[in-house]
Amino acid sequence: MKIGIPKEIHTGEKRVATTPEVAEQIIKLGFEVYIESGAGLAANFSDEAYKEAGCKIRKTAETLWKNADIVMKVCPPEIHPELAIDETQLLLTGGYLISFIWPAQNDDLMQKLAAKDATVFAMDSVPRISRSQKLDALSSMANIAGYRAVVEASQHFGRFFTGQITAAGKVPPAKVLVIGAGVAGLAAIGAAKSMGAIVRAFDTRPEVKEQIESMNAEFLMLEFKEDGSGEGGYAKTMSKEFIEAEMALFARQAMEVDIIITTALIPGRPAPELITKGMVETMKSGSVIVDLAAEQGGNCALTEKNKVVVKHGVTLIGYTDLPSRLAAQSSQLYATNLRHLLTELSPEKNGEINVNMDDEVIRGTTVIKEGKITWPPPTAKLSATAKVSTEPPSIDRDVAKEKPPLISEASKQLLIFAAIGAGLFALGSVAPVSFMTHFTVFVLACFIGYQVIWSVSASLHTPLMSVTNAISGIIIIGAIVQISSPGYFITVLSGLAILIASINIAGGFLVTRRMLEMFRR
Amino acid sequence: MMSQGLVIMSYVIASILFILSLSGLSHQETARRGNYFGMLGMSIAIVATLFSDAVDSYIVLIIALGVGGFIGTKAALKVEMTQMPELVALMHSLVGMAAVLVGYVSFMDSSNGLEDVERTIHEVEIYIGIFIGAVTFSGSVIAFAKLCGKLDGKPILLPGRHWLNLGLFVVTFWLGGVFLEATESGGGTIPLLLMTLIALAFGVHMVMAIGGADMPVVVSMLNSYSGWAAAATGFMLGNDLLIVTGALVGSSGAILSYIMCKAMNRHFLSVIAGGFGTSGGEAAKVEGDVNSIENDETVRLLSEAKNIMIIPGYGMAVAQAQHTVNEITKLLREKGKTVRFGIHPVAGRMPGHMNVLLAEAKVPYDIVFEMDEINEDFANVDVSIVIGANDIVNPSALDDPDSPIAGMPVLECWKSTTTIVLKRSMATGYAGVGNPLFIHKNTRMLFGDANDSMQGILKTLNS
Repeated sequence: MKIGIPKEIHTGEKRVATTPEVAEQIIKLGFEVYIESGAGLAANFSDEAYKEAGCKIRKTAETLWKNADIVMKVCPPEIHPELAIDETQLLLTGGYLISFIWPAQNDDLMQKLAAKDATVFAMDSVPRISRSQKLDALSSMANIAGYRAVVEASQHFGRFFTGQITAAGKVPPAKVLVIGAGVAGLAAIGAAKSMGAIVRAFDTRPEVKEQIESMNAEFLMLEFKEDGSGEGGYAKTMSKEFIEAEMALFARQAMEVDIIITTALIPGRPAPELITKGMVETMKSGSVIVDLAAEQGGNCALTEKNKVVVKHGVTLIGYTDLPSRLAAQSSQLYATNLRHLLTELSPEKNGEINVNMDDEVIRGTTVIKEGKITWPPPTAKLSATAKVSTEPPSIDRDVAKEKPPLISEASKQLLIFAAIGAGLFALGSVAPVSFMTHFTVFVLACFIGYQVIWSVSASLHTPLMSVTNAISGIIIIGAIVQISSPGYFITVLSGLAILIASINIAGGFLVTRRMLEMFRR
Repeated sequence: MMSQGLVIMSYVIASILFILSLSGLSHQETARRGNYFGMLGMSIAIVATLFSDAVDSYIVLIIALGVGGFIGTKAALKVEMTQMPELVALMHSLVGMAAVLVGYVSFMDSSNGLEDVERTIHEVEIYIGIFIGAVTFSGSVIAFAKLCGKLDGKPILLPGRHWLNLGLFVVTFWLGGVFLEATESGGGTIPLLLMTLIALAFGVHMVMAIGGADMPVVVSMLNSYSGWAAAATGFMLGNDLLIVTGALVGSSGAILSYIMCKAMNRHFLSVIAGGFGTSGGEAAKVEGDVNSIENDETVRLLSEAKNIMIIPGYGMAVAQAQHTVNEITKLLREKGKTVRFGIHPVAGRMPGHMNVLLAEAKVPYDIVFEMDEINEDFANVDVSIVIGANDIVNPSALDDPDSPIAGMPVLECWKSTTTIVLKRSMATGYAGVGNPLFIHKNTRMLFGDANDSMQGILKTLNS
């Protein structure tokens, strides 16, 4: 099938839907790739480079659209400024379109595309599951936006990010607060951190604490128990009390930090206002706020969309085209996301597309199929992190666990001692004196043995055993004493006992000697 | 002839020498001295007894001493170090046997002239002494047969074995009562004989039910029993030397058993009750790919390594590979590598078995370490070589709560960069537990007889 890459017509858009490098791989999948002349120029990819990669160049947008089975774009279709017709009109009837669509906000566009019997894949609707991460264009763009936000901030910030001690004096490090630790927030943390700033971060979802700390940033804890994790790993709207506590935290931080980067977005809703006018007023003069949510109304009350303004001495950056400002990089990542989508769509690698609606990833991404609107997809279990039950453990279970054993360890030992003591006393009450003296010797010898043996090193356990073996041959004494008693039978038995015991004595000591001779340093 | 006072004084000296002997054995430096103390103590005790008033017929005595001494010497000089567990078990059985014989003689010898309570106590002592002696004897014989392979090492479990044991015990008690009553009228031989038979059966049954991997516990337990048998004999003869010595040996064996049980994280009673791995949950099946290597690859790994740990197991003893291992160790140490040995307390079939084998092969003992000393250090080890060991290096003892060996401390060799496992085949270890170490990504299996493999490695290293 023929893939067409038109030049982006959105004002200020510098990205392009494929790069020469990626185009080469798409061609390997069996597709033909056509590029509108000059499509990649803004991102520094020349027509020649595309030609070298095996693409064909179309002179005009019209010929490109009319001859492409699949059109891949970055921005949603809009009215072409030169041709003065909507790009949707240029699309072939029954054609395929892959682009950012934002179906929730662009109902009109959806209707127009459906009218063309088109099949549309929205790169903003890729489901957030592990398998689809490689085609998650939102994440790759957010990553770039986060990085670029720090770059923009540093451009408008009058100082170093890193602290330095120079001959000319000491420079304190910049303090950066990142609100919202999604992909963009984490990228911003990483970039700011690598420039040497002190970075703090806040998020309503407690599970990102670890991620923030893994980047050596400080996680600002809110002493408030509410989990902000919503569907698909995004955040959700929080309760009023939570927001109050949160605002108090931001107010304190605003007085202290030099740079605030806000990335707080809730899907399908206007961005929450987190930095009020009052907070901006308390910020130090020369501070910078980068509002990545400017598109959806902004996290800061004073930001102006697509503009840099200075209010109360604070620079407020409201760019919504941060990825486009890093065009080569974002084109390359976006192109790669598209290529992965094509790979999913064309498992045979024969240049044909098979829209397999049973596939969770393809199902989610497809917003219009052959003229039928299929958005929104049926909700599926799409959480990036396992949903953890926050219910407190039931009281019953705790009690069962804490239930003490019938007899405590200490009283158990006491019982044993008492039993032994009682046994000894019982014995003492009936036993004659002669027995008791022997018994005393026996008990004391047991204690000596106990004390002595513990200190034996493990490597000498075998020699120890053979020595004790030899020593227990002491039983020979008994036999020797007995042998002189009258009786033939007694003599035979004790003679045998002497023989056996002497084997033991001689064998035990000698084999020990042999062994110990071998132990050499 | 020595006076009774002199004899008793000699016994006191002998007792002290025995204590010194055991305490001498606690360190390598003093161990040999300790052994000589033991010999000296024993000689003093025997000589003093020979010259005491109680002895007046010498012919049989001297002959028996001479023959026994000769046999013992012969055995001690001939025995292979790998056969030490068998020898030790055999010697335990001899002590048990002697205790039984002395007990019977004491029973038949009515010249002691004891009355009433003292007499009853004496009979009880005889009864107990013979019981312990007989259990020690038959148990040790079975242990010996298992250790030298004449009997299968697998535990043989009779149905309702706990009830059987209990029954035997109750019958022994009852017979004791019968015996005491019978002795009043001068009889009692038949209950005594019956009890001896039961005690013999008891010993057989007990050791039969214990598996080969539990042998270190069994051997040390029998060691303890032989001590108690001697102590019981001491009571029955009213001889303090026997009591002291028996108590020393008995507590020594008991402590060793305790140490061995702890090293396997098993309760003493559960070892005695027998049957390894018969209780507890099913162990997780181990499935995965085995990385098998040949000698040349092993040699390459060894030459690249700086820090090498060797973990010997019973397989090394079986293959008699300790000498080859020592040669390789020497060679590697000459090349400036750190080579150490890590010994698990229950490696082999007897406490300290591996240490003796390595000592025999002249491995310097200061590079031989106990598990507790080196387990922390595995992260710094480049190559661990496991020679014929399985359960003592099984990670599931730590990770898998359902494993029959769960909780047993093991040598954590999988933390080293590479682990080479020498093994005859992929068979499971004694406990019948699959070992995830063998399919660990850092593990390389070198199949074949341990000695052949080691010889091959030595040859390649030399060339």
